[in-house]
Amino acid sequence: MPHVQVALAAAGFRRYATYRQAALAGAFTNVVFGFMRCYILLVVAAQAGGSVGGYTGPQLVSYVWLGQGLLAVVNSWTQLDLAERVRTGDVVADLLRPINPLWTYLWTDLGRAGFAMVTRFIVPVVVGAIAFGLYVPRHLLTYPLFLVSTALAVLVCFACRYLISLTAFWMLDIRGVTMFWVFVSGAASGLYFPLAILPGWLSAVLWVATPFPALMQAPLDVAVERGGLAHGLLVTGGQLVWVVLLLLACRWVQHNAVRKLVVQGG
Amino acid sequence: MAESGVVAVYARVVGAQIRSQVQYRGSFLLEVFGSMVTNALDVATVFVLFSVTGGLGGFGGTEVLLMAALSAVCFSWGDLVMGNSERLREYVRTGMFDSLLLRPLSSLAQLTAITFALRRVGRAVQGLVLYVIALLLADIDWTVGRVVLAVLAPIAGTVFFASLFVAGATVAFWWIESGEVANAFTYGGRDFTSYPSTMYGGWFGDLFTLGIGFGFVAYYPSLALLDHPDPMGVPSWLHWCSPVVALIAASLAALFWRVGVRHYRSTGS
Repeated sequence: MPHVQVALAAAGFRRYATYRQAALAGAFTNVVFGFMRCYILLVVAAQAGGSVGGYTGPQLVSYVWLGQGLLAVVNSWTQLDLAERVRTGDVVADLLRPINPLWTYLWTDLGRAGFAMVTRFIVPVVVGAIAFGLYVPRHLLTYPLFLVSTALAVLVCFACRYLISLTAFWMLDIRGVTMFWVFVSGAASGLYFPLAILPGWLSAVLWVATPFPALMQAPLDVAVERGGLAHGLLVTGGQLVWVVLLLLACRWVQHNAVRKLVVQGG
Repeated sequence: MAESGVVAVYARVVGAQIRSQVQYRGSFLLEVFGSMVTNALDVATVFVLFSVTGGLGGFGGTEVLLMAALSAVCFSWGDLVMGNSERLREYVRTGMFDSLLLRPLSSLAQLTAITFALRRVGRAVQGLVLYVIALLLADIDWTVGRVVLAVLAPIAGTVFFASLFVAGATVAFWWIESGEVANAFTYGGRDFTSYPSTMYGGWFGDLFTLGIGFGFVAYYPSLALLDHPDPMGVPSWLHWCSPVVALIAASLAALFWRVGVRHYRSTGS
């Protein structure tokens, strides 16, 4: 069985490794956004006396540039092929295979994230380090914990997007749902600004009741050691809970969706 | 073909496009509603950062709102008119662009007609409402010149963003996988222009504000409307120049498009 998972992940990796120019183009865009967000947050921090929401200057720089790198790894803006395959009816082929499509898509997406990690993640982080200088973590343990937290963020995001794709079984066209997802996941995940800037009650609600902070804010807080190692372990544990809950939700919704399936066309 | 005939053809293409888009009714309604929320969220993001110190880059609340609203109206109208031109990539990749060249109409106008997205109307109207509110709230000493600028600035900014969308799409004639590079300047430009240009430092700030001309979308027109000198020392007559910059941008984009179309080679399939 592990053989299958490795093969699927490798296929996901190779699929994206084929489009190296697209990866380069994407990294360029991340760098432009990195410069913009970095200057904005640094100016706000300077006006506020050196720090914003508990982040010092170097922490903000790391926050922005690691965030731009993570964006492509977590990949919240590109939907899975599943929805389009439901619309066209190709999903039948997925369902006929001896492996649950949930796991097929999951392992393929992990392969994609692996490729993004060695290309799209590296470029903005290197540019940020050269242009502004990044925050250097104090604990050695932060490095492995950041990798774990990133992997969990990829899984949370995958499960969210899988749920969105499953709505295609009812709506056929998921552009409307996708649009909401893109806006909410951008603002509520900490991509645009650290959630700590928001009023206390609002960021608390986001952390406890929604999976969005688990997408970006959690791994970024781990990387810049906000609140120390204990806080890092806490948010990573929270991510793990979301992974389990969301994957269970995926299985349950898929179970109901398949019963509803009407294959389009001949 | 007579002029009225051409308009009728465009109207038919756009009409067919609208009918196809409202087929999935639930999804379409969600999209219209979602696109209305977008502008509000974009401006809200600016004010989350504003709330930290009660100012941004040396500007107060109504001034920041004016810049953010002007940016929102320019981007949303540019996006409405030309935003979908990025689908040119698909047309070039599959060779479908042939079918546009075969018809006796401008290929660029056809591309915008077949990619017209009705859902973006909601957002564009909302952006306009926001801009009017920002004008009313701002402390503006109204003169004839400022009234003219208040009307021309959103049109100029729309032309500027539409030019960027066209130029970004045109790159696909040479480099099909270029999609995300264009995003850096279209969506990136929207984010850049939402904040006072004083916030960006170094060569990056100069390049985007003056080099590419993003300062002329919202920042300089707002300074002219508010009669506010530029903290970075750009002479005040330049603050009024956004219509000129928009004309230059549109000319360059049109020229680039022509070169691109000449360069087009079909897939042969």
